[in-house]
Amino acid sequence: MTSAGCLVEEFRYGLDAPICLTWELTYACNLSCVHCLSSSGRRDPRELTTAECRRVIDELERMQVFYVNIGGGEPTVRPDFWELLDYATAHHVGVKFSTNGVKITPEIARRLAGSDYIDVQISLDGATAEVNDAVRGGGSFETAMRAMRNLAAAGFAGFKISVVMTRQNVGQLDAFKSIADSLGAQLRITRLRPSGRGADVWDSLHPTAAQQRELYDWLVAHGDNVLTGDSFFHLSGYGQGLPGLNMCGAGRVVCLIDPVGDVYACPFAIHDAFLAGNVRSPGGFAAVWRESSLFAELRRPQSGGACASCGAFDGCQGGCMAAKFFTGLPLDGPDPECVRGFGQEALAVVDAAAAPRPVGDHSHRTERARRRSGPVPVSIGPRPEGSAVAGIAEARGRRTAPAHACDQNPLAGFTSAAGG
Amino acid sequence: MTDFDLDAAWQLHPQVSVRPERFGALLYHFGTRRLSFLKSPALLTVVQSLESEPSARSACARAGIGAPDLPAYTRALARLADSQMICGRTAA
Repeated sequence: MTSAGCLVEEFRYGLDAPICLTWELTYACNLSCVHCLSSSGRRDPRELTTAECRRVIDELERMQVFYVNIGGGEPTVRPDFWELLDYATAHHVGVKFSTNGVKITPEIARRLAGSDYIDVQISLDGATAEVNDAVRGGGSFETAMRAMRNLAAAGFAGFKISVVMTRQNVGQLDAFKSIADSLGAQLRITRLRPSGRGADVWDSLHPTAAQQRELYDWLVAHGDNVLTGDSFFHLSGYGQGLPGLNMCGAGRVVCLIDPVGDVYACPFAIHDAFLAGNVRSPGGFAAVWRESSLFAELRRPQSGGACASCGAFDGCQGGCMAAKFFTGLPLDGPDPECVRGFGQEALAVVDAAAAPRPVGDHSHRTERARRRSGPVPVSIGPRPEGSAVAGIAEARGRRTAPAHACDQNPLAGFTSAAGG
Repeated sequence: MTDFDLDAAWQLHPQVSVRPERFGALLYHFGTRRLSFLKSPALLTVVQSLESEPSARSACARAGIGAPDLPAYTRALARLADSQMICGRTAA
């Protein structure tokens, strides 16, 4: 039989259909989280209609995609959300959806608890209201806690509490675990990426080097019962690999469908450089997945560049494609959070002004002005407004060998045991 | 890992979906929400024929698994049983 290593190779060269995919149903959101990976807030008037969403689900059923990770924006604010949920599960496409909890009433919670094909993921970025609300907005901690209490009361066992790890909450890992345990939920932690509005707050929110080590040690001790979406494989450079496949699935086994039907290699790579096509085009999603030249390129053998000669490369695989891209680092270079410190060295000499900007800002217009019009508080110097175009051009010019990126949660729960 | 009874009757768990792939197959269990895989087409044949064969041993024989390979396939089936991807079949 094939060895596990060979199987990972198979995945690197892509499958005829994604193992699972992320589908952001809307850019509309009741919140304005400072690190939102999709810069959500306002609905895009071009978003897929109910009928178009059903056609996508039909395709996923034909392609035997087991489940989709539905997110947004806040997907439950779409008036047809519950209808689409029922449509997907009736067509054997399981749904795990991410929500801030705003619509999870006791009645909805009971309805959700009744289906094996539905999983719910509540976003929480602080174990206290103080830490959470600073990132996700006033009142959002209580909204999430109320939703989780409703799910627990309805008997929904094992729903997920999804935490993006930041400088402010790494120290709360045990507290998050306690919250999950007390509600019969499962903790899921993922990596902060400089994607969407996350690009604006990356420098102040991403964990320090010492915190990365703390996080790694905590995962080694607790990893069996905590999901990570395989998103911390860059930390494998510390030594022992973390549970999971430890590979980038972008365009190979996962992808993103955005609210207007655009297909990107990964949920953290909403940028023209990673746009593979649109589900509205002839051939639909299947044709994009199977025929896009971008995905074909991602599925070719990748060069590790300068990282290939590093002793940690087997573990970290060069880190996350999106994290490199939006910090202005070359895709075949080190991850900005490289545990050996090579990312810091690379950032010190990179032209920060040339870093590509995320595309598609759907932020609420009424919120306080974003920082991008002024100096961004970064250690490597300001990133002036107006650098986006140059950044894209340069990024396109060097879009080679994206050795690895991590998607949101492509292989969460993946077990490598079966099959000898 | 528990011992696996090759001579018992087994079946794919009713909540498990199977997607054939060139390397074998992907499995997804909608109850446990876990993903797993079969690392060879022969193992897929074994799993797919469990339901119609009187025992796992005969399912392996039908898939052409020879005696030298049987221990590896038994271990693979034991892991699938541990993760509830396959389950014991009670007499109809």
